[in-house]
Amino acid sequence: MMTKNLGWLATPLLTLVAPAAHAEWALNMTQGITAVSRSVYGLHMLAFWICVWIGVFVFGWMIYSIVAFRHSKGAVPDAKLVHNTKAEIIWTTLPVLILIGLAVPATKTLIETDDASNSQLTIRVTGYQWKWGYEYVGTGVTLLSTLDEKSNAARQLGSGIDPFTVEHYLLNVDHALVVPAGTKVRLLITAQDVIHSWWLPVLAIKKDAIPGFVNEAWFTIDAGTVGTFRGQCAELCGRDHGFMPIVVEVKSKDDFDAWIKGQQAASAAAAAAAAAPEAAPAATPAAAPAKAS
Amino acid sequence: MAYNDHTAAHDHHDHKPSGMWRWLSTTNHKDIGTLYLIFSCVMFFVGGFMAMLIRMELFKPGLQFFDPSLFNSLTTVHALAMIFGAVMPAWVGLANWMIPMQIGAPDMALPRMNNFSFWILPFAFTLLLSTFFIPGGAPAGGWTLYPPLVLQGGNSLPLTIFAIHLMGASSIMGAINVIVTIMNMRAPGMTLLRMPLFVWTWLITAYLLIAVMPVLAGAVTMLLTDHFFGTSFFSASGGGDPVMFQHIFWFFGHPEVYILILPAFGVVSEIIPTFSRKPLFGYSAMVYATASIAFLSFIVWAHHMFTVGMPLAAELFFMLSTMLIAIPTGVKVFNWCATMWRGSLSFEPPMLFALSFLFLFTIGGFSGLMLAMAPADFQYQDTYFVVAHFHYVLVPGAIFAIMGGVYYWLPKWTGHMYNMTLAKWHFWLSTIFVNVLFFPQHFLGLAGMPRRIPDYSTQFADWNMVSSLGGFAFGLSQVLFPIIIIQCVRGGEKATDRVWEAAHGLEWELPSPPPYHSWEEAPTLAVVEHGAEH
Repeated sequence: MMTKNLGWLATPLLTLVAPAAHAEWALNMTQGITAVSRSVYGLHMLAFWICVWIGVFVFGWMIYSIVAFRHSKGAVPDAKLVHNTKAEIIWTTLPVLILIGLAVPATKTLIETDDASNSQLTIRVTGYQWKWGYEYVGTGVTLLSTLDEKSNAARQLGSGIDPFTVEHYLLNVDHALVVPAGTKVRLLITAQDVIHSWWLPVLAIKKDAIPGFVNEAWFTIDAGTVGTFRGQCAELCGRDHGFMPIVVEVKSKDDFDAWIKGQQAASAAAAAAAAAPEAAPAATPAAAPAKAS
Repeated sequence: MAYNDHTAAHDHHDHKPSGMWRWLSTTNHKDIGTLYLIFSCVMFFVGGFMAMLIRMELFKPGLQFFDPSLFNSLTTVHALAMIFGAVMPAWVGLANWMIPMQIGAPDMALPRMNNFSFWILPFAFTLLLSTFFIPGGAPAGGWTLYPPLVLQGGNSLPLTIFAIHLMGASSIMGAINVIVTIMNMRAPGMTLLRMPLFVWTWLITAYLLIAVMPVLAGAVTMLLTDHFFGTSFFSASGGGDPVMFQHIFWFFGHPEVYILILPAFGVVSEIIPTFSRKPLFGYSAMVYATASIAFLSFIVWAHHMFTVGMPLAAELFFMLSTMLIAIPTGVKVFNWCATMWRGSLSFEPPMLFALSFLFLFTIGGFSGLMLAMAPADFQYQDTYFVVAHFHYVLVPGAIFAIMGGVYYWLPKWTGHMYNMTLAKWHFWLSTIFVNVLFFPQHFLGLAGMPRRIPDYSTQFADWNMVSSLGGFAFGLSQVLFPIIIIQCVRGGEKATDRVWEAAHGLEWELPSPPPYHSWEEAPTLAVVEHGAEH
């Protein structure tokens, strides 16, 4: 990922001259890391190329008319040409066929995204102003995920810190959501205060987190994928809407199981250390274990 | 021309008060049209100034100028000022000037209401803009006013809601006036299917306005009672439903976007035939396509809400109904192309703006088609891809059509030609920089940049800088527009009555400038038929 500042004047020039240099991240949608995200990408590209071809035809038609039928070149208008039933039928029905060609794959993908049954792990996602809470249902493990300290220091008005010196500026958190690859994971998404939206581009999931409602989403990350993936809140949620990123760390199944056990052990140890009856965890996601990841 | 002699005999009708009082008390459609257009131009620069501030903050990553709350206020009020202050009043202004002249009527049907509907607008926007100076600042929850966020707004909330009520009342009165005028005051022989397309699109727009402005008023009133009177329409903890607001809002909001664009279709349908020296291709298809778009606008609203978690059947319905809009819109674009086909084209400023509209609105239509597909929308929703989409249909769409319309009719209004060279400069600078401004935003959105954020990750830096530079250049170019207009009002080469050699329609049968009262005596059938040769 490019993080160097090329200079405020050189940058736009360079991007115009050599857009291909960072085409992968700068110009197009991610293909993602799930079967669904790839079919969303395929749909996007299908629609894009259809638009390009219609554009070639329509813009070609316009440009030809502009060049060929110029008053200054003595073009004589054909004032009788105000109606042509055949042409009008064609340009009404042809779009219908194109739309059907788009609607069929779109419907298929939509139905696919809707089926959250048979999931192997459920995670409750809660949006707060301005952080995310995660709860691994049935394990007692909870996380609270806020903007990392470096980004937070740099993003203050007049901080004097160059954002280009901060790694993953605004896209880094203190505690990432850890998920297993090759497992069907269901997200139950809600919010505590105002509406947020949980968006991770590589999963092609964007689902609003709405107070009083529980929305459902699911994903199965390709087995063998590991790594860290980043997204942001996608619904205006107040002053710090731009500062509540979503970071997901994908682990193999075994590593994930080990991580869950580590989290449980850590919170058990913390509870024992507190040794007080009021330290009942689980209820509040604020009781996030700090370490072990 | 017989008409001229006739008006000379009726000069005593032209008495009007002078100075400020003329403008405050006027019931004349031309004066009120002028007031609307001046107001719209002022709000265009107010909203544009906010856009410049927004692009300034987004010029590079890191917060340089504004607290995030102020940034959110700027985006919120920019949208409200541009939609309700710049574009809608511009259309009402053009309707006031042109509809009576185009249908052969002496004035609008309800002149006192016409005055009232204009004069509440300055108060509405004074209220709205004053919120920048009250404790807690201007509304910052986005122009869509989603609860519960908007209810955190403090003192700006009731002021904003009252301002929106005033704007809505003004729009409804304007719409009633347009409908009553068109239905009752057409000259004999001006049958519905002889009306110019601008009158047709405005008639349909006026029905949309009457249908949906009360819905918006209802929605914001419910916000008001939720906040101050203990109701919980939109509060889940009180048994309400925050998503219901979005349904009600977009039931207004989607027809609203056609309210902004349908009159643009009308203006472009006037300009392209004139400068192609050929009648409009497929006149009745154009009318039916406009009506179909208006009908569809009522059944597609939830495509703004694909990510709220609707049931599958609802997602499917709104996806498929939205895709249907491409059909009548396509018919319109093809008809405009066919109008130019085998024509004899010249490229005066109105035609240049109409052509730019045709190209760039089509690009906005393409991204609209992509956004219609719900699964893909999960990636596009609330990103800069959407920002690029609606700015393509609103700036080179609606606003270029308004500018084209002004350049088309300005010589008729003032009796002078304007500075063509300067207007062409205005066109080229606007068209080039509007693309530098908005095209890169497609890339930003696809790369994952959410909208409505004051600061962004460094990977988005390059295109934001390009977009900001384009924005500053676009904003600066717009200064030419009022300069050209003021020059033209003050003087210039005398315009002929026809102005453009192939112009058709009743407005061109009047002298330039037209008399204070347009058609005191209805035009004869021959004049109507001559004007309606489309």
